[in-house]
Amino acid sequence: MQGTTLGLVGSTFLASFVEFVEALTIVLAMGFTRGWRSALAGTAAALVALAAFTMAAGYALSTWLPEAALQLTVGTLLLIFGLQWLRKATLRASGLKAMHDETEEYAGQTAAAKAAGSRRRFGIDSFAFAVSFKGVFLEGVEVVFIVITFGLSAGDVPAAVWGAVVAGGIVLLLGALLHRPLSMIPENTLKYGVGLLLASFGTYWAVEGLGVFGIGHESLDWPGGDLSILVLLAGWLLLSRVLVVVLPKLKRPAPVAALGKEMAR
Amino acid sequence: MKFLKGFVMFWYDFIIGDDWKIAAAVVAALALTVLAMTAGILSGTALVIVGAVALFAFFTVSMIVDVRG
Repeated sequence: MQGTTLGLVGSTFLASFVEFVEALTIVLAMGFTRGWRSALAGTAAALVALAAFTMAAGYALSTWLPEAALQLTVGTLLLIFGLQWLRKATLRASGLKAMHDETEEYAGQTAAAKAAGSRRRFGIDSFAFAVSFKGVFLEGVEVVFIVITFGLSAGDVPAAVWGAVVAGGIVLLLGALLHRPLSMIPENTLKYGVGLLLASFGTYWAVEGLGVFGIGHESLDWPGGDLSILVLLAGWLLLSRVLVVVLPKLKRPAPVAALGKEMAR
Repeated sequence: MKFLKGFVMFWYDFIIGDDWKIAAAVVAALALTVLAMTAGILSGTALVIVGAVALFAFFTVSMIVDVRG
C-alpha cells in the first residue's frame, strides 16, 4: 500500500470512527430507554437514506464539476469541518470549554427519552425512531462527505470507503459487546487529530482549487506537491498549540452563570 | 413550508455548525486570495503560500473574537 493511500485510509478511518461513536451513543440511549425495535428501525431508515444521498452526491460532484472547482468545493467543506473541530479541541485544551464526554451525552439523551411522551405509529415509537434516524443521518452525512471528498480528491474512492467501513465495523462490534457508550475512547484527542488532518487536507485542496478563477481555470500548484500537506499539518498544529496558551490570557472575566453556559456550549 | 425550513436548518447546522465565524473566516481568506490572483498582485508559489497564511490568520482572528466576545 502506498503512503498516500495509507494516509487516506487512516484519515477516513479516524474521522469516521469519531462520528460513528457519536451515532452509537444516540442509538444506545434510544434502544435502552424506548425499545430496540424503534431505535433500529430509525437506524436502518437513516442508512437507506444515506446510501441514496451518497450515490447522488458522489455522482453530482464527480460528473458536473471540473477538477479545480471540485477541489475548491471539497477543500472548503473539509476546511470548515476541520476548523470547527480544531476550534473546539483548542478551546477544550485551553480549559475554555468543557471536555466532551460520551457518558454525559448518553445521560442527557436517556433523560430526554424518558421525559418524552409516547406516540406509536405502525408499532414503532415515533420519538425513538426520529431521534435515532436524525442522529445516524447527521453523523453519517459527515462521514459520507469526508469519504467522498477524500476519495475523489486523492483519486481513490474505494480506499476511502474501506477506511470508513472498517471504522463502522469496529464501533458496531464494540457497541454490541459492551452495551454502553464508548467513553473509554480518547474522543477529545481523536477529534483534535482529525481536526488537524481535515484542516490540512482542506487547505491544500481549497487553495489548489482557487485556480478555477484564474486564466485557463487550471488548479494551482503547491511547492513540493503532496509533501506540502505535511508542512500545512505542522502549521495548523503549531498554531493550535500557540492558541491553547494565548487564548486564556485574552479572555475577558465573565460572570459565573455566563461562564458555565459558555463552557457547556 | 415546515419541510423547507427544516431542510435549510439541517444544511445550515451541517455546514456552518456552532460557530458561523469559522465559515466566514474560511470564505474571507479564500476570497482575499482570489482577489490577489485576479488583480495580478500574486501568482504561482507566492499565491498558494499567501492563501495558506490568510487561512491561518483569519482562523486566529475568529478564535480571538470568539473568546473575547
